Amino acid sequence: MSTSDSQPPVAPEKRSTLGETDNDPIVLLELIQRLKVRDVMTSNLVTVPRDATMQQAQELMRQKKISSVPVEEKGRLFGLVSIDDIIRALVAGTIHESCGRHMTTKLVVLEDDMPLSFALRYFDRYHYGRFPVINRDRQLVGIICHRDINRALLIELTQELHRLEGASLQKDGDDGSGSLYLLREFPICKYDFENAGKAANQIKQVLQEKKLPPKIIRRIAVAAYELEINLCVHSDGGVLSWQISNGRSEIVARDAGPGIEDVEWACRDGASTANEWIRSLGFGAGMGLVNVRRVSDEFDITSKKGSGTTVKSIIYIEDKAS
Amino acid sequence: MTLNALIVACGWEPALVPDPEVEVSGAYVSDLLSDVMAHCPDGAVLITVQNHTNSVAVCTLVGAPAIVLVHNREIPEEMQAAASREGVALLRTTDDQFHAALRVGKALGIGVGE
Repeated sequence: MSTSDSQPPVAPEKRSTLGETDNDPIVLLELIQRLKVRDVMTSNLVTVPRDATMQQAQELMRQKKISSVPVEEKGRLFGLVSIDDIIRALVAGTIHESCGRHMTTKLVVLEDDMPLSFALRYFDRYHYGRFPVINRDRQLVGIICHRDINRALLIELTQELHRLEGASLQKDGDDGSGSLYLLREFPICKYDFENAGKAANQIKQVLQEKKLPPKIIRRIAVAAYELEINLCVHSDGGVLSWQISNGRSEIVARDAGPGIEDVEWACRDGASTANEWIRSLGFGAGMGLVNVRRVSDEFDITSKKGSGTTVKSIIYIEDKAS
Repeated sequence: MTLNALIVACGWEPALVPDPEVEVSGAYVSDLLSDVMAHCPDGAVLITVQNHTNSVAVCTLVGAPAIVLVHNREIPEEMQAAASREGVALLRTTDDQFHAALRVGKALGIGVGE
């Protein structure tokens, strides 16, 4: 494959491509490996035959608001007419001549079963705005541009989020000792106040169904709620996991950042880094961790600035002596 | 006292009352949700300015049957929907927090002569 100046370029500044660094979110890296070019490309193509005039191609590009048009006959790709080609034809006075004569014929094309990561590398390497896509039989089947990729990733990420929300891990049963065994996991997103409190509410409902004493239920609900809100307000998102086994409730709130500089200070009554916006919603009073510690039989927090925080709250639900 | 009787006694606007017969034992006044989580007694109505879904979530968790919004605060649609889903009553008053709580105290005979 070779390149041509006519395939429309984008700004050539050096930037990092998705998939090139270890810092990209894992879910995105998995997506760009899993998705194929055919999943992302536009397959509803606007094309012209070789005998169409450059002026007809220009008119079509204007009507469809596109910046290039493939030259194709019966699925076979012959070339591409870009805005550069049109300008050249206008300057040279050849706008009434055929596309077959003035199109760009040296193209970089992608194949439809290539992973999206491959397409991203091509965008970065060649700085073109779009690539024609062909199948194994060398038939033109689509065209792909940055907008197609952004749209596909947004759709896939939204679906992934819904999947995670709906897939709160549930394992109930007997832990072998004959006592109650429950496990739940709740992904918590940053600033998702609309859903804040839902995890704690679900935990409370489960405990009510199991007919635990109301005072125990309230303590566990307080710990769950405060840790859930902390993840929502202060972290970049994390997971609230809850399990009951061996006669005790264990809630663990784990996030990957941004971490707490002074853990001792953060556990003081009234200590808060919340902004005015958060406070106006009734959060960020600096009582969350204090509340969790107060209702817990065992409490532990570990954190490091720049990395994550893990808070653990253990509440005994059965008399330890029994 | 039932919630319905308290609403009548206090002159509150009943925006949403899923269970008029639920028993009310008192009131708790706070705009800090962690404070509500920590101290609001089961069966107390929450008197607050916080007109959003998180107030509903907190009331559900602590067993508060109603939210009394002071200063006639608007009730957003999401809050109304959440309260309807969770069975939490939504009431409005032109009073401030102090006077709203005072009315509850009088209606329930709490604090009189203490």
